[in-house]
Amino acid sequence: MSDLNTAMIEKYRSSFLKEVEANVEEGEWVKMCMQCGVCSGSCPLGKHWDHPPQEIFMMIRAGKREDVLSSDSMWMCTSCYNCISRCPRGLPITHIMHGLAVYSKRLGLTPQKQPTAEFSQIFWDNLMKKGRVNELKLGLSMYFKDGFGQGIKNAMANQKLGQNMMKAKRMNAMEFFGGHSVKDLSGFQKIIKKAQEIEEGNIKDFK
Amino acid sequence: MADDKKFAGYVCTGCGLGERLDAGQLETAATRDGKLQSCKQHEMLCSAEGVQMIKDDIANDDVTHVMIAACSRRAKVEAFNFTDVALTRANLREGVIWVRPDTDENKETTQEMADDYIRMACAELKSMTKPSASGEQSVNKNILVVGGGITGMTAAIEAAAAGYPVHLVEKSGALGGAVGSYYKVIPTRSPYDAPAENPIPALSEAIEADGNITVHLNSTLTKTDGAPGRFSVDIATESGATETVSIGAIIQASGWKPYDANQLPEFAYGKSQDVVTNHELEALAVAANGGPIKRPSDGKEVQSVCFIQNAGQCSDKDGHLTYFAGVTDLVSIKQAMYFKELNGECDTTILFDNLRTPGAGGEDFYRAGQNAMVTFSKGIASEVVPGDSLTVKFEDKILNEQTEMACDLVVLATGMEPNSGPDPYARLMVDEAEDEEEKAKAQAILENAPPSILNLQYRQGTDLPHLKNGFTDSHFICFPYETRRTGIYSAGPVRRPMDIQQARDDATGAALKAIQAAENAGLGRAAHPRSGDLSFPTFRKEGCTQCKRCTVECPFGAINEDEEGYPMYNESRCRRCGTCMGACPVRVISFENYSVETVNQQIKNVDIPEEWDEKPRILVLACENDAYPALDQAAQAGVEINPWARVIPIRCLGSVSLSWVTDALNNGFDGIVMMGCRRDDDYQCHFVRGSAIAAERMNKVGDTLDTLNLEPERVILHEVAITDVERAPQLINDMAETVEKIGLSPFKF
Repeated sequence: MSDLNTAMIEKYRSSFLKEVEANVEEGEWVKMCMQCGVCSGSCPLGKHWDHPPQEIFMMIRAGKREDVLSSDSMWMCTSCYNCISRCPRGLPITHIMHGLAVYSKRLGLTPQKQPTAEFSQIFWDNLMKKGRVNELKLGLSMYFKDGFGQGIKNAMANQKLGQNMMKAKRMNAMEFFGGHSVKDLSGFQKIIKKAQEIEEGNIKDFK
Repeated sequence: MADDKKFAGYVCTGCGLGERLDAGQLETAATRDGKLQSCKQHEMLCSAEGVQMIKDDIANDDVTHVMIAACSRRAKVEAFNFTDVALTRANLREGVIWVRPDTDENKETTQEMADDYIRMACAELKSMTKPSASGEQSVNKNILVVGGGITGMTAAIEAAAAGYPVHLVEKSGALGGAVGSYYKVIPTRSPYDAPAENPIPALSEAIEADGNITVHLNSTLTKTDGAPGRFSVDIATESGATETVSIGAIIQASGWKPYDANQLPEFAYGKSQDVVTNHELEALAVAANGGPIKRPSDGKEVQSVCFIQNAGQCSDKDGHLTYFAGVTDLVSIKQAMYFKELNGECDTTILFDNLRTPGAGGEDFYRAGQNAMVTFSKGIASEVVPGDSLTVKFEDKILNEQTEMACDLVVLATGMEPNSGPDPYARLMVDEAEDEEEKAKAQAILENAPPSILNLQYRQGTDLPHLKNGFTDSHFICFPYETRRTGIYSAGPVRRPMDIQQARDDATGAALKAIQAAENAGLGRAAHPRSGDLSFPTFRKEGCTQCKRCTVECPFGAINEDEEGYPMYNESRCRRCGTCMGACPVRVISFENYSVETVNQQIKNVDIPEEWDEKPRILVLACENDAYPALDQAAQAGVEINPWARVIPIRCLGSVSLSWVTDALNNGFDGIVMMGCRRDDDYQCHFVRGSAIAAERMNKVGDTLDTLNLEPERVILHEVAITDVERAPQLINDMAETVEKIGLSPFKF
């Protein structure tokens, strides 16, 4: 856990809001929420969220740092953009949700076994290896993320689908061994590294 | 004089009147039954040619009384505008052919309707004289503005700019009022993104430079006598010197006072110096002199502040204001931005339940506040705990939890109370209270009456009447600045809570109305809603019993009493509603063109068929302000009205004389429908009280029906709005059904 998280937050002080403004993508919009609740009402998955967007925004303004960043809620966003298209204040809510998710991940506050977070990590690791997504390995990584036994069960359940995809030349078993890479893999990795450096440099310390 | 009268009738045959009605028969009705000396037909009376024909007759044949049988009196008013004669209109178009189906079986009843309207108009005309001003007036252009705050200053500047000399009277030693002590004000110009400069210094300079404005500081009105156009006002200074000025019209801009926050012990007001009202915060911001705002208790720079919205307002709790000041959310946003401007990183929270930011720039200003990092939390504060750091306990309505926050300073967004004078009807309210609770409430108002502001020498009291919550009355639906004291206009927060921009707009409007009132008074013309009317009430002194009903019931306090108790009319205070006429038990009050007699004659000249004809007659007394236009619109929309109805427009339900009801019933009318405007607290009556007074009087009509041995359903009084296009005709048709059910009146002779 990052020591960023140990910052003392006082209730209804704007320090956490300022932290969100500085470190979360589109975070500067949070203060503009006028608490109408249209986003929460528009979210097709809203009832599965612990805290709908309106509440998340209010929690940020109320200084509930721990509760927000360790919340499962922003990971539930499926990017359907209903909230964005309906928000009377024009807040990019979807983006803010993703921004919060990324920030919570960075601080190590994401709930354990959060499925979206797990998938995202697998996807990222997969992508970083060759600069492109190896779908065979991505699938397998997903199947086996909860152990070997569960992985075999998952694989058997999807056996038919896999065979059909191979028949239709949508998937190549040979990809298991190494697999394709982008043309300039080291160049790609340099780009990513640079981007991470820039991002790191932009993060403000709110200790 | 009677010999000099010459009556002429004109029947229009345009707009389908000629096809639907027998014009020859109408002419006969006018000359034989109506006894007019002449009656002419024209195929389009409102055309230049038709109008010229009438003008020629007036000029060449000395016609003094004109009856026009054409469209509604509300149509073609510009064409049929003959100021040198007494004029009446028989409504054959909207009143007859447009509300009756064009079929053979209806032809007879339609013609009967038209004939009756002609006879009624002729009879009315016979008892009318041409209205004219008394000629005692002259124009007095002086405008008096009472109150030197932002409203009064604006009104003074606007009236002076229009060329009217202004006397501006201010109780304190300086102009500026409440706004004068503000650090900054809510922005009134795009982009509405920051508090704006206080406008008072610029206004003060403008007033100082204006030769048309005389400022009276440290002054009050000790006496206001007279009427519009001839007010005599004593302006007394603190030192005792009194100056009497002659005034045409008055604007009362006595403003508002902050709610007494001592009634909010739950928020520790009075217990901690660091709990202040929004009004008091302005002084802290000014005292900061461009530096950080410091809290009162120990002078510490404020690093966190909490605004509690709706403190003691919008609440049913005892001692709280039931209404919202409208502006206090914008004020809190403005003040929160003071802290952002002066106190750097200060944490600023606004606890609101309903955030209301009215006005063109309201929403933009709200955004500006959010942009400046003011935190808006939907929460309801329950308690402030004093201490070195104040603790605000509240319910967070979004997070749905009881919580609290600590801060250096708490600002209570308290409401506005009007600086009204004493309610002239407070005593009456005590006397007329229906139960003990109401009586106690009225008694409290009477006992806690504030000092008089205008000191009017009126029969009905020293000041403007109140509406709700002690605000000075204004006809808020139709004529916002009008009060029940003609020629005296209320403007600004004395008539309803408002912000600076609204107050300035209000002041401008009131200044224009005051100018209009002064000019009208100079010509002997009425103010709204009978703008320009030259008729005014007179009474026959030898018949008067000094019963005082007219002086008590006049909604405008227009009538004083002389030493012997006879009424003394002040025509420029009069709005010509006729409520005095309706009040008079001995029927001695009348206007030249509107009297008990003019209506009575119309009632008597309706042809009442014999009982076996089975043609009932229903008298409709329709208020000319709302009900009659509603019927006109119904006619335009082709809504059918029962052929038994005979509609007489009246100035106000308040002018209805009970004798019209009894006479109509005695004459064989089968039902009477009275239509006036909505009354009481949410009144739409153009004369404010007329409709309500009529309703009270008609309570007693049951006795009359009893003595005549008639069913009570035969007389009914309705509240009708101008939009009741479907309903108004329906009410008449309902009466026709009632009559069918209970049978015809036995009084057919």
